[in-house]
Amino acid sequence: MPHRTFLWFILPSLSAMILFIALPIVSVVIQSLHVEHEQVLVTVETCGPFGCTNETRVDTEATAALREAQPLGRFNGLGTYVNRAHLATAELSAAWRTTDSLGAFLGQALNLPFYKALAFTLAYTAVVTPLVLVLGLAIALGVNALPRLLRGPTIFFSLLPMIVTPLIGSLVLFWMVDANGVIGAGMQRLFDDPDLSLKASPALTWAMLFVYGVWHSAPFAFIVFYAGLQTVPGETLEAAMIDGANRWERVRYVVIPHLMPLAVFVTLMQLMDNFRVFEPIVGFQAQASATSLSYIIYSDLRGDTQQFGSAAATSVLTIIGVAILLAPVLLRTWRDFNRKRA
Amino acid sequence: MTASSLRRSPALAVISMVLVALWVILAAFPFIWTLWGSFKVQGDFFSRADWMNALTGPLTVKQTGASITGQGYFGAWIESGFWRNVMNTGIVVTCTVVISLTLGTLGGYALARSGFRYAFWILMIALVFRAMPHITLVSGYLMPFFQWNLWGHLPTAIIVLVAINQPFTLWMLHSFFLNIPKDLDESAMVDGCTRFQAFRHVIMPVMWPGVITTGLFSFLLAYNDFAVTAMLLTQDNQTMVPRIASFLGSVQQEGNVMFAVAAVVSATAPLFVLILFFQRQIVSGLTAGAVKG
Repeated sequence: MPHRTFLWFILPSLSAMILFIALPIVSVVIQSLHVEHEQVLVTVETCGPFGCTNETRVDTEATAALREAQPLGRFNGLGTYVNRAHLATAELSAAWRTTDSLGAFLGQALNLPFYKALAFTLAYTAVVTPLVLVLGLAIALGVNALPRLLRGPTIFFSLLPMIVTPLIGSLVLFWMVDANGVIGAGMQRLFDDPDLSLKASPALTWAMLFVYGVWHSAPFAFIVFYAGLQTVPGETLEAAMIDGANRWERVRYVVIPHLMPLAVFVTLMQLMDNFRVFEPIVGFQAQASATSLSYIIYSDLRGDTQQFGSAAATSVLTIIGVAILLAPVLLRTWRDFNRKRA
Repeated sequence: MTASSLRRSPALAVISMVLVALWVILAAFPFIWTLWGSFKVQGDFFSRADWMNALTGPLTVKQTGASITGQGYFGAWIESGFWRNVMNTGIVVTCTVVISLTLGTLGGYALARSGFRYAFWILMIALVFRAMPHITLVSGYLMPFFQWNLWGHLPTAIIVLVAINQPFTLWMLHSFFLNIPKDLDESAMVDGCTRFQAFRHVIMPVMWPGVITTGLFSFLLAYNDFAVTAMLLTQDNQTMVPRIASFLGSVQQEGNVMFAVAAVVSATAPLFVLILFFQRQIVSGLTAGAVKG
C-alpha cells in the first residue's frame, strides 16, 4: 500500500489516539511540574481606639484573579514528586537513619501514601496473575473433559464474572460479604465470632480483593486455554501415550508446551489489567486498608479541592511503572520483528 | 483431541466434574443471589439473623404484603431517575461503538495491508497505549477540559472513550483483516476499483463477523467504563455505572441500598442478554488476539 493511501486510512484513528492518549500524557507531565498558586496574602492595618494592629488576611479576589490568569499554577519543578504524598524522599531518608532494622524501615515506608498504594498494586498484580493462569488452566482442562452437551452452558456461566462491569461485580460480592450479607453472616456463624468483619482487617480486605481479582479474570484465561486445547495435536498425544506417558506427563510435556504462547498472551494482558486495579477498591469501599496507584489519582481528582499537580505526578509515576512492566515484552517483539526482516 | 486420548479413569472424571461444577456455582451464584434479593426489602436481603430470610422474605411480606416487591426498582428507576442514566448510557455506548468501528476498520485495514516498518511501530505504540491506566489519561484531560468548557458533556465522554478504545480495536481488526486474502482486494483493484472502493465493496462484506466481534468488545469497554464517565460527566449527564457508585454515597438511609441493588441488576441484564446471543463471538474474539500472538 502506498504511503499516501496508508496515511489517509490511518489518519482518523491515529489522530484520535494522538489527541486523546498521547497529548494527555504530555499534559500530565506538564501539570505534574506545577502546583496551585498559594493564596495571596495582604497585610491590613486596622486602627482602633487602642492603637493599630497589623493583620494578615487572604485576598480572595486577588487569589481568584491569579488562578484565573494562570490556571496551571506556579512552576514547582520536581517538588511535587519528592513531597510526602509521592516519593517522599525526605521521609524515607529520615526513616532510614532512625530505624535499625529493615523491617521497621519498611513498616514506616509502607505508611506513606504512595508506597502503600504501590505495595498493594504490585501485590495484587503478583498474586492475581499466576492464580488466574492456574485456575484458568484447571477449568479449561475440566471443561474439556465434560460431555459436549454441558460445555455450552458452562461457558455461558463462566463468562459472567468477566463480562460484568468491574464495579458491579465487586458490589455484588461486597454485598454478599457484608456483615449482614449471606457470606459475611455465614462466616461469623462458622467461626463463632460476631465481630468478624472482612472489611475491618487490612489482611482480610487484601485477601477479599485478590479473590475478586481472580474471580473476575479467571474466565478470560479459561476461554483462551480452552480454545488452545481444541488444537492440541492428537498424534503427538497418542505418540506420547504409546511411549508410556501417563496422564500427568501428557499434560506436562504435550499440552502445556502447546499452550505456552497462549499463557504468555494471558500473562501480558493480566499484567496490564491488574496493574491498573481501581474499580474493586471503590466497589468494596476498601480505601482504608488498600489503595492502588489508580485509586490515589482518582481520590486526588475528586476531592473538594482538586489536586491536579498531585494527581499528575502520581500519573507520571504510574506511566513509568507501566513502561517498566512492558519493557521486556516490547524488547522481545522488537527482536522478533528484526529477525523476521533479516 | 482424539477420543482415545480422552479416555480416563472414572476417579479423574469425577474430580474434574466436581471442579467444574464448583466453578460454575462460584461464577453464577452471586448473580442469581443478587437477582433474587433485589425483589426483597433491605431487612431480608441483608439479614443478620438468618440467611434463609433472603429466600423466603418474611420482612418483605410484613412490609409490602407480598413475598416479592418491586420497591427497589421503582425507587431506583422512577424516584431517583435512573432511567435518565440508562438513556445516557445508551447514547454514549451506541455512539462510541459506531465511531470506534468506523475509525478502527479504516485503520486496521491499512495496518494489515501495509508491509512497511512504521505499521509495526504504530501497532507497538497502540499496545503501549492499551496498557495506560485510564485514570492517568483522565487526569490529563480534566484541566484542559475545564479551561475550554468541554467538561461534562456527553460528546466529550464519547470521543474520549473512542480514543481509549482505538488501540484495542486496531489490534483486533488488524488481525481479522490479516485473515482475508490479499488477492481479493488486489483483483478488485486490477478491475479498476480504487483502494477505498475495494475496501468498501469487496473487503467489508466479508469482514462482518470480525466487525461484530470487535464491536462487542468496544461495547463492553464503553458500557463497563467507570473512570472516564465518573470524572468527565456532570451529575445530569451521568451514565449508569457512576450513578450506581453515587447511590452508595447516600446509602445510610434505610432502603436506599435496595435502589443500588436494583440498579445493579438492571445494569447487568443487558450483559446477560449479550452473552446469551453472542457467546460464540465473544469466545472467538478472546482467542483471536491470542492465536495471532
